[in-house]
Amino acid sequence: MRRVYFDNNATSPLLPEVFEAMRPYFFEKFGNASSIHQQGQQARAAVEDAREQVAKLLGARESEIVFTSGGTEGDNLAIFGMVSAGDHIVTSTIEHHAVLNASKRLEQMGCTVTYVPVDRNGVVKIDELRAAIRKETKLISVMMANNETGALQPLEDIGKIAAEHDVYFHSDAVQAAGKVEIDVQKIGCDLLTISGHKMNAPQGSGALYVRKGTLLESMLKGGRHERGRRAGTENLAGIVGLGRAAQISREWLATGGAERMAAMRDRLQNSILESVELATVNSASVPRTPNTANVIFEHIEGEAFVISMDLKGIAVSTGAACSSGAIEPSHVLIAMGLTPDQARGSIRFSLGKTNTDEEVDFVASKVPEVVTKLRELSPLWKKHTQTAIG
Amino acid sequence: MNTDFKTIAVAMSGGVDSSAVAAMMVDRGYNVIGLTMQLWNQRRLGDKTGHTEPVAGRCCSIDDVYDARHVAQKLNIPYYVVNQESRFEQDVVKPFVEDYLSGRTPIPCSLCNNHLKFDQLLITARQVGADAIATGHYARNEYDAERSRWLLKRPADKAKDQTYFLFGLTQEQLSRTIFPLGEMQKPAVREEVRHQGLSVLADKPDSQEICFIPGGDYKQFIDAYLDEQGETLPDTSGALVTSTGEVVGNHTGIHNFTIGQRKGLGVATGSPLYVVQIRGDRREVVVGGAEELMTKTLTAKRLNWIAIEDIQKPIRVQAKIRHKHQPAWATVERDGDGSVKVTFDEAQRSVTPGQAVVFFQDDLVVGGGWIC
Repeated sequence: MRRVYFDNNATSPLLPEVFEAMRPYFFEKFGNASSIHQQGQQARAAVEDAREQVAKLLGARESEIVFTSGGTEGDNLAIFGMVSAGDHIVTSTIEHHAVLNASKRLEQMGCTVTYVPVDRNGVVKIDELRAAIRKETKLISVMMANNETGALQPLEDIGKIAAEHDVYFHSDAVQAAGKVEIDVQKIGCDLLTISGHKMNAPQGSGALYVRKGTLLESMLKGGRHERGRRAGTENLAGIVGLGRAAQISREWLATGGAERMAAMRDRLQNSILESVELATVNSASVPRTPNTANVIFEHIEGEAFVISMDLKGIAVSTGAACSSGAIEPSHVLIAMGLTPDQARGSIRFSLGKTNTDEEVDFVASKVPEVVTKLRELSPLWKKHTQTAIG
Repeated sequence: MNTDFKTIAVAMSGGVDSSAVAAMMVDRGYNVIGLTMQLWNQRRLGDKTGHTEPVAGRCCSIDDVYDARHVAQKLNIPYYVVNQESRFEQDVVKPFVEDYLSGRTPIPCSLCNNHLKFDQLLITARQVGADAIATGHYARNEYDAERSRWLLKRPADKAKDQTYFLFGLTQEQLSRTIFPLGEMQKPAVREEVRHQGLSVLADKPDSQEICFIPGGDYKQFIDAYLDEQGETLPDTSGALVTSTGEVVGNHTGIHNFTIGQRKGLGVATGSPLYVVQIRGDRREVVVGGAEELMTKTLTAKRLNWIAIEDIQKPIRVQAKIRHKHQPAWATVERDGDGSVKVTFDEAQRSVTPGQAVVFFQDDLVVGGGWIC
């Protein structure tokens, strides 16, 4: 069966050029970047080249890039690395679980945390954020783009607030990197997380931007890798892949890639809205990443939709997966004010660099029949049609 | 009747029975989709009940899901875990707690069958393209053209008979359910699983007791659940009385008792005393001798009829008042709207409000209801 993958926010496929860039570093060009000999120096050179590419992607200096194993590690490093007992942190209700659970752990360890709410569009309420800052506030952590809705957060405004109050500012940009322009100088952040596998690089790769002069306590203790900020022999091939993916993303962004992707996403979105009744797009009226469309289909179970689509060869998602493989309702959508039924009926379509217009047409053609079948058998829909007639 | 079905969803628990069913349905040439329902998060009350590690062999432990997933992988069938936690809590857990607090002894398994396994799961199965579901229940069903009704019957392996918990199934549900284990004995089912190359599972012990209460201490569960909900355990302490009204002691809460219970009364009189009645409204627990546990009649409501459409004239049945109860001859007759009166030929012991009474005629399940 043909398979179409529209779940790039969960993970994205490795681009062939990325793998080709990585390949020699598994074999003839293997090496430990800290070794003195030729293999080591070669590895070191490759790591530093990759570092340069990532720095350019973010508008940062090379020395400000710390390679990590991905978004979760980057978020944890930023948060645990900056905060000590007694500190106060300001974050939002829609952050990724890495940030939320790190914050919860800090609460257990004697810190206080304010979780700033979002509006119905899933955008953080900037006034409440400002009001939450107090003397003990050490760090603000707000994501750049939300993984469920794609909604972009007002980072530059937050950057200004952070500067005014002399508070550190971290942003989880995992969903934004490679999809929208990132300039850490314009944003005014001190720390920023990116993840390789969300941008066509391998799983297990990532980076944390750490502004020069920011005193970060490392989490992983060991050798003095990454300027003492992250011990552990470099994931050579992974880093090379991340660097190449960063370079490809820059080129893609510079040549209208984001606009083309947004057009594809809009076509998918509009086609769905035209052919299915009682469907709305979450965060439609605010700036979003160009690849994400999160759609509420009223009166259906999102899980059954995802399963039905999977059985037709199409990959999309809803909510968040838990360890058994069952789905839990999205805390993000609930935080935005959706009812539990609406949250359960919301589907995320997230495109990637390898998706095509033809795939968009294929998926758009399957959605109406799946929704119709689900509604036919749904007690929620029966109730709705009865009250509508009644 | 099953020849029209092309795609079957198998309800997989990770246990021997449902794994055998999945394998058998694949062998029979159906398109098979494996589904597991996530019904209860075992970690939820873990720190309150002292059970922080998920217990295997209970509903939805990670190990069981992995087992089910592993079976699906071996059989090369699509497999999904479906989250029904909130419905399970509403339709099974809450009534369970309420029943105990009102002095009844609930059967969550019947409610789970009625609302989750054969309702929600069947809906989900059909939504994703299955025509019917197959489960590992030991039961038989068939269509009777003469009566124009779907019938539910006891299985070949009477020791594993689960029809007591299935009395609530509707015609629609029965028409879309396959019970492949109905003709099989349990040892043969284990053999089937071994034969499919799943020998690790073949020796997995059968799960017993209530799936969402690890350790089986339902009182501890009720305490922990109410605590989590921010509710206090209502004070239902009161008097232990005899059937003549004489007070013989005190108790600390009616949910601690069930009909027929002998231990934990805190009263010693020389001859054994049993709980014969629980009067929730008066917070009284009535105790008496063994002979007071015997009764010939009961009333049941919220009936579900399977073999017949409804009861008109009185009928003769073999009635079961508990899962582990030998069916006893009785006459069932209408008793007002939606109720029946059941009169046993011989007095039965410990008729318990909250349990189900299920009516059989030999292997045929006529119907059943809830004991008042």
